[in-house]
Amino acid sequence: MLTVFLQFLFSGLTVGAVYALVGIGFNITYNATSIINLAQGEFVVIGGLMMWFFSESLKLPFFVSVVLTIITAGLVGLLMERLTIKPLKNPDLLLMIMITIAVSIVLRGVLMFFFKKDPYVYPAFTEGEPLSIYGAIIQQQTLWVIGITGFCIIALFFFFKKTIIGKAMLACAVNPTAAQLVGINVSRMVMVSFILSAIVGAIGGMAITPISLMEYDKGPMLAVKGFCAAIMGGLGSNRGAVLGGFIIGILESMTAGYIHSGLKDAVALVILLLILFFKPAGLFVSKAMLQLRKY
Amino acid sequence: MLSVKEIGKSFGGLTALRAVSFDVRQGDIKALIGPNGAGKTTLLNIISGIHKPDNGEVVFMGEKIVHLTPSRIARKGISRTFQHVELFGNMTVLENIMVGRYAKTKAGFFSSGFKLASIMKEEEKILQKSGEILGYINLGHRKDELASNLPIGEQRVLEIGRALATEPHLILLDEPAAGLNIKETRDLGEIIRKIREELTITIVLVEHDMELVMRISDSITVLNFGEVIADGAPLEIQKNREVIIAYLGEEEEIQKGYNAHP
Amino acid sequence: MKKGDASAFLLLLFLIAVLPIFSGSAYTLTVGIFSGINALVAIGLCILMGYAGQVSLGQAGFYGIGAYVSSVLSVHAGFPIVVSMLCAMAVAAFAAVILAIPALRLKGHYLAVATLGFGEIINIILNEWGPGGPSGFGDIPHFNLFGYTIHSTTGYFYLVWGLVAVVLFFSINLIYSRTGRALRAVHDSEIACNAMGLDVAALKIKVFILSAVYAALAGSLYAHYVTFISPSSFSLFYSILVLMMVIVGGITNVWGAIIGAVVITVLPELLRRFEELDVLVYGLILTVSLMFFRKGLVPILIEKIKKLRGFAVVKR
Repeated sequence: MLTVFLQFLFSGLTVGAVYALVGIGFNITYNATSIINLAQGEFVVIGGLMMWFFSESLKLPFFVSVVLTIITAGLVGLLMERLTIKPLKNPDLLLMIMITIAVSIVLRGVLMFFFKKDPYVYPAFTEGEPLSIYGAIIQQQTLWVIGITGFCIIALFFFFKKTIIGKAMLACAVNPTAAQLVGINVSRMVMVSFILSAIVGAIGGMAITPISLMEYDKGPMLAVKGFCAAIMGGLGSNRGAVLGGFIIGILESMTAGYIHSGLKDAVALVILLLILFFKPAGLFVSKAMLQLRKY
Repeated sequence: MLSVKEIGKSFGGLTALRAVSFDVRQGDIKALIGPNGAGKTTLLNIISGIHKPDNGEVVFMGEKIVHLTPSRIARKGISRTFQHVELFGNMTVLENIMVGRYAKTKAGFFSSGFKLASIMKEEEKILQKSGEILGYINLGHRKDELASNLPIGEQRVLEIGRALATEPHLILLDEPAAGLNIKETRDLGEIIRKIREELTITIVLVEHDMELVMRISDSITVLNFGEVIADGAPLEIQKNREVIIAYLGEEEEIQKGYNAHP
Repeated sequence: MKKGDASAFLLLLFLIAVLPIFSGSAYTLTVGIFSGINALVAIGLCILMGYAGQVSLGQAGFYGIGAYVSSVLSVHAGFPIVVSMLCAMAVAAFAAVILAIPALRLKGHYLAVATLGFGEIINIILNEWGPGGPSGFGDIPHFNLFGYTIHSTTGYFYLVWGLVAVVLFFSINLIYSRTGRALRAVHDSEIACNAMGLDVAALKIKVFILSAVYAALAGSLYAHYVTFISPSSFSLFYSILVLMMVIVGGITNVWGAIIGAVVITVLPELLRRFEELDVLVYGLILTVSLMFFRKGLVPILIEKIKKLRGFAVVKR
């Protein structure tokens, strides 16, 4: 009994960690620009597939592959921002949504062209026996995923709360004009936020692929679930996104395990709709804060 | 026509209105004045149903309206304009007025889609009536222009025209003269007077332009920090000490001001 | 209806009548049929988004409801096709109400994601509980009216485009009516609408119902034409496809929905050779349209025509 429960719990935490990272990616872009980047899920896929490419196809050493993958992801984020976000003067909300969707399709198309529709995998970060906790088998990679996610969260916390750049990015979303007036280069902040959110997503993809493989079209579902995680905690709050991500992951895992595996994806969707309909500001954030945002 | 009784409203920790009461007689032009932040727009929003008060009641033509939705209140005969012009910017001037006719007309999805003859007749009447209103407010020459392309003065007049299209008994005007020059303000005053005299519509006017207020109002209620501090005819209000203090500060301050800058 | 619309409408009727004669190949007509079916969904989305200003990434859900309900009723319950189709539209309308009521307060991103979630949930329901599950089911009867069954491609072409013409007529009338103005007004300022006595909530719900009913009609036509359906045709990808049609054609104009539907339906046929590139090309077309042809094909064309007319007048 306990064994089974723990098994589900850990698999839920694992997948939840990725959702949390996607949610954080959403928050980073949102906090700097008030835009919700629906292409966020694609960065995760890029992370997994590019890692495969560098480490398995080009047979480059592990750390080199990691660095190259991160650089690639950052570049993609940069290109997306420079080519499609920056040139737009005065975009309305609908246009922003559509553009991020369009870019996600382009990214998916590129991935499909190079990687086809096959699943890809590479070895876990560390070789070794899986752990056994009360009979539940926990792969070492699972611990890596959770650990890396934790590390990202702490690093980002310091970045946003303690560094000037981080605070500057937050200022941009609340009031870009005021931010410019105090000397913040808003356009550069926007660019950095896209690069950063791409990297965060890619890290999630890199970590999860040894466990659940990666295919070109996993992006949209990840984006939806990550968005759900983000709004659960209140859009913009990274603590909330983490909590949201883990909750979704665990509920999903429990549903798949105890009830019916086909309903797995429905869990996040139902939660998403319930939150949007009844508490769109998130479970922890006040309505007043919502009105401060541009969109 | 309209009775505001002991209206109180707080937003979080901020008390916007406290025990506000006054009456508006039918056919009057009633002005609501007071320094910024006195709660005038909040009061208008409560009367038109956008906010619900914490306590008190609003009685319109004998009926309590505080619990009704804004669109229901509109259908009862109260129309309004907004502090920041809320026109339908992507529609033409004529279409803006035509939307004002909505509550007085019936065509629904089915009847409109299948172009029933009765609907066509109704549509003609809408067109005609809207044209009349445009003529009445002297904007006929702008009828096919996009509302957002009009200068602010004409936009405010158009908003009033749209409110007229609903055939209201009472119109609430929220700072209609804001951003207007002297000539535009004078024209506005004329239109307001015309509406009251020729169409016998009661008017509640929130304004900062004292010249306009004193010239056209029959009765004035003065708010400060969410409370009524004076209520009466324009001449009385002008001489009321509390009102002067609210706007200009204590007399010593005024004296100091004069002494500092001879 | 304005003059331009009337002429365009007559032109459309002419083209519909004449196409099967000029190019009777089954292939062309089939592409034409799918264009027409997609056009129905696109028109509904166009009214919802372009006029009423709402967003929906979940039209595939209503499309799927239309297909499945009509098929199940006609196959398993033996209902006449027309009745099944009407029931399908009614179920879709009901689903639209369920979606619209809580969604009333949502705007922008939140509304977009809510509709996306809705569409995906429908897809999962179809996968889990639809007959045949993910593999779908077949033997769906062809369209049948009073005992006369349509089997031929040409027949279907006329049926589908005939319905497109009817729906278009209805929609254009709607746009130029009191209701159409009200929808556009809601798009511009909800607060002013309420102050003028419009019931904004009711209008939003009704326009969602309209878009759902159009999509369901299209879905049932689809099912009775291809006679075999599976949940994969009613996914997020389709919702985005319809969105592309509306945007490429021009979100502010119903004609744009039709042109967009034709273009987006024909495109994969042209790209058949580059099968691996199709997703990429879709994405690029959408991105380029959004960035450089924001208004869409039809409004841009109309502007160009007006400019040319302007020159003609000046020259005289």
